[in-house]
Amino acid sequence: MIELKNIKKSFGDKSVIKDVSVQFEATKCNLIIGASGSGKTVLMKCIVGLFEPDGGEILYDGNNFTHMHEEKRKTLRQQIGMLFQGSALFDSMTVLENVIFPLDMFAKMNAKQKTDRAMEVLERVNLTGAEKKYPAEISGGMKKRVGIARAIVLNPKYLFCDEPNSGLDPKTSLVIDKLIKEITHEYNMTTIINTHDMNSVMEIGEKIIFMHQGAKEWEGSNNDIIFSKNTELNNFIFASDFLKDAKDMRMLELKGKIDNQRNMDELLR
Amino acid sequence: MNFFTHLGRYLLMLKQMISKPENWRLYWKELMHQCNEIGIRSLTIVVIISIFLGAVTTVQTAYQLVTPFVPKSIIAVIVRDNFILELAPTLICVVLAGVVGSRIASELGNMRISEQIDALKMMGINTKTYLILPKIIAALIVVPCLVVLAIVLGIWGGRLAGQLSGILPTSIFDEGLMQTFIPYNVFFGLSKAYTYAFIISTIPAYFGYYVEGGALEIGRSSTKSVIISCILILFADYVLAAILL
Repeated sequence: MIELKNIKKSFGDKSVIKDVSVQFEATKCNLIIGASGSGKTVLMKCIVGLFEPDGGEILYDGNNFTHMHEEKRKTLRQQIGMLFQGSALFDSMTVLENVIFPLDMFAKMNAKQKTDRAMEVLERVNLTGAEKKYPAEISGGMKKRVGIARAIVLNPKYLFCDEPNSGLDPKTSLVIDKLIKEITHEYNMTTIINTHDMNSVMEIGEKIIFMHQGAKEWEGSNNDIIFSKNTELNNFIFASDFLKDAKDMRMLELKGKIDNQRNMDELLR
Repeated sequence: MNFFTHLGRYLLMLKQMISKPENWRLYWKELMHQCNEIGIRSLTIVVIISIFLGAVTTVQTAYQLVTPFVPKSIIAVIVRDNFILELAPTLICVVLAGVVGSRIASELGNMRISEQIDALKMMGINTKTYLILPKIIAALIVVPCLVVLAIVLGIWGGRLAGQLSGILPTSIFDEGLMQTFIPYNVFFGLSKAYTYAFIISTIPAYFGYYVEGGALEIGRSSTKSVIISCILILFADYVLAAILL
C-alpha cells in the first residue's frame, strides 16, 4: 500500500499540491483524475521522488520514502515501474534493447535469460515481431506497450502510469487500459494511474482520487462516481450531454431498475 | 538564475556524478560509445583544420619574414611551437566545443525533455553518473589524442605547403624542426588540452542536463553552452599561460 500524508508542493508562490492525504490500495488500479493543471502529474512525480514535496510524508508499505537515504531510494525504485506520458523510450535502442536495459543494469542473469525474459514481457503486451524496430519506427500505441513492457520487466511491486492514453485513439486506449488492468492483477502490483480519460475511469478505476485546484476533492470507486453529488466532480466527469445521459443509464442499471442490455434491445427494436 | 546559482548547481552536478556505477559493464560500454562519438566523429574536422592551418601558418610566416638575416629554417620553428603551444590545443578545442559541446548539450537536453532522464532515474540509476561521467572521461581520453594528432598534422601541413609553394625545401624545414626544441612546451600544450577537454564536456553537459521547456530551449541551451565553453577556453588559455610559462 502507498500512503500519502499531508503532501504539499509549491513552485515559487504558486501552491500546486495543497495538503493531500490519501491511501492507495494494494494490488488494485488506483486512479488520480482531474482537469489539466489540477496537480495530478506533480502529485505523481512527488510520489515517485521526481519532485521533492515541501511537506508531508510518502509511505511505501510503511517505509517512509520522503526521509529515505538516496541509496535506499535507489533500491526501492527497482521495485517501481513507470510508464511515462510520452513513453520515454531510449531513441538509440531497439524495442528489445529498451526492454532489456533494466535487466542489463540490475538483473543477475546471463544474456539468454535476459533476452527470454524481455521476449516474454513483449509477448505479454502483444509486441512479438517488433523487437528489432526503433522507437521512431513504431506507433504511439506500440510505444506505450513497449513502455509497459519495460516497466514490468523487473517484476515491480508498484506501477505508475502517467496519462497512458494521451494521444491514442479510443480503440487503442481500450487496449492499453485492459492491458494495465490485467497486468496489475497478474503481477499483483499496486498501480497508480494519472488520467483524464473517462473510459479509463469507468472501466479500470478500482479506487479513484479526484484532484481539483491542487487539493483532493473526492475519492471513491467507479460505481461511487455515478451516485456522487460532488458538483466539481460531476462537472468534470460528465461534462457533455452525452456523458450525462450515459451516467443516468448507468445509474438506473446499478439501481437494478433496468437490465441494460435487455431494455436497450427492446427500446431500439 | 544568477551566476552563483549556476556555479553552485554546476559544482553539485560534478560532486553528485561521482558514485559507484550500478553495473560496470554498461558503464564501460557507454564510455566506449562516447569515445567514439567525441573522438572518431570529430576526426575529419580535426584533420582538415590542422593541415590547412599548418599550411597557412607556414605561408604567412614566410611572408612576414622579410629580412634575409633570419634563416628560413626559423619558419619551421615558428610553425612547430605555434602548434604545440597554441594553435592545436586552443583552436582545435574551440572547434570541438562547437562540434562536441552542441552534441552533448542537445543529446542530454532531448533526453531531459522527452523524460528519458526521469525514466533512468525511476529505474534507480544515478543519471549524472551514467550520462555525464562517461562523457567527461571520454573527453579527457580522446581530446588530448586529437590535440597531439593536430600538432603532427599541422606541422606536416606546414612542411607540405612550404615545399609546394617553394618557400622552403623539406630538408630545411626538417632542420628547423630539430632546432631549440623544448619538451616542456609539449607538457604545456597537453595541460591545456586536458583543461579544455574538461570544459567542453562539463559545460554542455550542465546546460543539457538542466534544460527546461521544449525544443526551442534545447537549441538555446546548446548555443549558450558553446559560447560559454569558448569564453572559458580563452580565459583558461590566459590563466594557464600566466601560471605555467
